[in-house]
Amino acid sequence: MRPLKIVVLAKQVPDTRHVGSDAMKPDGTVNRGKLETVFNPDDLHALELALNIKDRIEGTTVTILTMGPKRAADIIREGYYRGADFGVMISDKRFGGADTLATSYTLVKGIQKLAPFDLILGGRQAIDGDTAQVGPQCAEKLKIPQVTYVEEIVDIKDDEIIARRRLEKGVETVASPFPCLITVHGSSPACRSRHAKKVMTYKYARTDTELKSKSTDEILRLLHEKRPYLTIPEWSVEDIEAQIEKIGLSGSPTKVKSVESIVLTAKETKVLSDSDADIEMMIKELIEQHTIG
Amino acid sequence: MKSVFVYCEVENKKVAEISQELLSAGKRLAQKLGCPLEAMIFGNDLNNIENQIAPYGVDTLFIGDDKRLEPYRTLPHAALATEILKKVDPQIVLFGATSVGRDLAPRIASVLNCGLTADCTILDIGDHFDKKEKKEYKDLLYAIRPAFGGSIMANIINWDMHPQMATVREGVMKKEIFDENYKATVEHINVDAIIKEEDLVVKIIERHIEESGVNLKEAPIIVAGGYGVGSKENFKHLEDLAELLGGEVGGSRAAVDAGFIDHDRQIGQTGTTVRPKLYIAAGISGAIQHRAGMQEASLIVSINNDPDAPINKIADYVINGDLGEVVPKMIKYYKSNAK
Repeated sequence: MRPLKIVVLAKQVPDTRHVGSDAMKPDGTVNRGKLETVFNPDDLHALELALNIKDRIEGTTVTILTMGPKRAADIIREGYYRGADFGVMISDKRFGGADTLATSYTLVKGIQKLAPFDLILGGRQAIDGDTAQVGPQCAEKLKIPQVTYVEEIVDIKDDEIIARRRLEKGVETVASPFPCLITVHGSSPACRSRHAKKVMTYKYARTDTELKSKSTDEILRLLHEKRPYLTIPEWSVEDIEAQIEKIGLSGSPTKVKSVESIVLTAKETKVLSDSDADIEMMIKELIEQHTIG
Repeated sequence: MKSVFVYCEVENKKVAEISQELLSAGKRLAQKLGCPLEAMIFGNDLNNIENQIAPYGVDTLFIGDDKRLEPYRTLPHAALATEILKKVDPQIVLFGATSVGRDLAPRIASVLNCGLTADCTILDIGDHFDKKEKKEYKDLLYAIRPAFGGSIMANIINWDMHPQMATVREGVMKKEIFDENYKATVEHINVDAIIKEEDLVVKIIERHIEESGVNLKEAPIIVAGGYGVGSKENFKHLEDLAELLGGEVGGSRAAVDAGFIDHDRQIGQTGTTVRPKLYIAAGISGAIQHRAGMQEASLIVSINNDPDAPINKIADYVINGDLGEVVPKMIKYYKSNAK
């Protein structure tokens, strides 16, 4: 088997699985600052799938590509710790406010700068939006086939990849030629943990923005001069030659008209204890109303 | 032309449940807009399929009938759908938020360079005044969906890049026949003229689709457990109660993720939406995603040892207590009181 060039799309997301009461501001908008950020769970599954292919085929390379604010460099470092070979960040304030159409346009401009490639992998969906749209939209813009909801790579041949998809009511195995884009389902194997040696090597990996920050130690800058692989490339609008009207807010057809916090409508509730008398009373009422029995 | 358009899913000559729901929702939007409802369906051996679709009030139906179109594959379906949508130029296009619709709709939205809102639970028509442009936009699609882990409902609109597209959760829209004798104009698509060789490069090697034996949607009584049930063994109590009452057992996503209950019994936004006569929620805190799938139950009983569980606010009966004690008591008093 020939080695593959794999790009993994990964996103840093607010951890919506643990939304606390302080996550909402009084005006009903989301207080992003109060939410911890995490490596999007499905994207970690995609990384594992990529690393698994790298284990199987010598010479395969895995590049992590992320788009996000400056702090999203954490995603690249996390990728390095687990075994990615390269990482690239697309970061520029002008990309902000992008919906899935503008996001996929931007990612594709980045992917094209990384070309040629054989395989693009990404999580099925991100937990901050749950849309599952960016993968298929990237595939369409790259004019390559997409294989969504993959849980296992069954086989890799020189000219095609065979993958099993997880559908609502079953599974489906398909063969797609290279290059193609695969989105990875959460039922695939979990990502391997960090590799201690790689953590030692890459804990000093920084983007240029981070290196220029006042709080960065001079020694770290010198280290980056000696070990250029530690510098995480950071691409701007100009670097990926993106058209300004197709990115960020202006490239996003969908707009949020309004958000509403969920307010529960109170209804007349009978509150009971777990005593025999209370429970028997309820059961009798339910029988009388013909709800049961 | 101004119209509402629905992509219908079909398997083995039967129009999918979600597509019937979408046609009903689409008809309601079309009536508000005073415009036609149109639909497309691609599959194999679709003779007389219009009889399953027209009664929802469909004015025009585009049929792609070819053995290469079933089972569903992304590229040929995307090629046909974009061709039709470019020609018809509808105002609104709806897809099911299923493994098919969520695979297909974004691909089409990318080709058409238009907006797509995922997993809507409410669709409506309304206006929007854009403060920046100082311009009023009439009759837009309000695509409303839970967002941010379900803590908010977001109303998503799109006024400048048409069509306005949305995928809609299964089981959320009410299915209703518009007119049994409604006649649709049928247009057969020349599939060969549209599909190219490169649309057929992905091959399906094997397929196992199991018709789930569980039918939560039709169950009059559902006994559902959450993470608070604690273990697979404790779910046995719920099964006993469900069996006794002639109902089905369901679970929240947390219970499914914890392995207490099978995936096909999941109730909520990701899972099945149910409207039973009686819904007993045991050890379910009631995140919005769960409530979205059961809040239309006629009567809700919540058993929880947390008196502040959000689900208690929508329950008719709240029993504060441990379900390990409460459920056996319910079984006991049902047996002694039922005729």
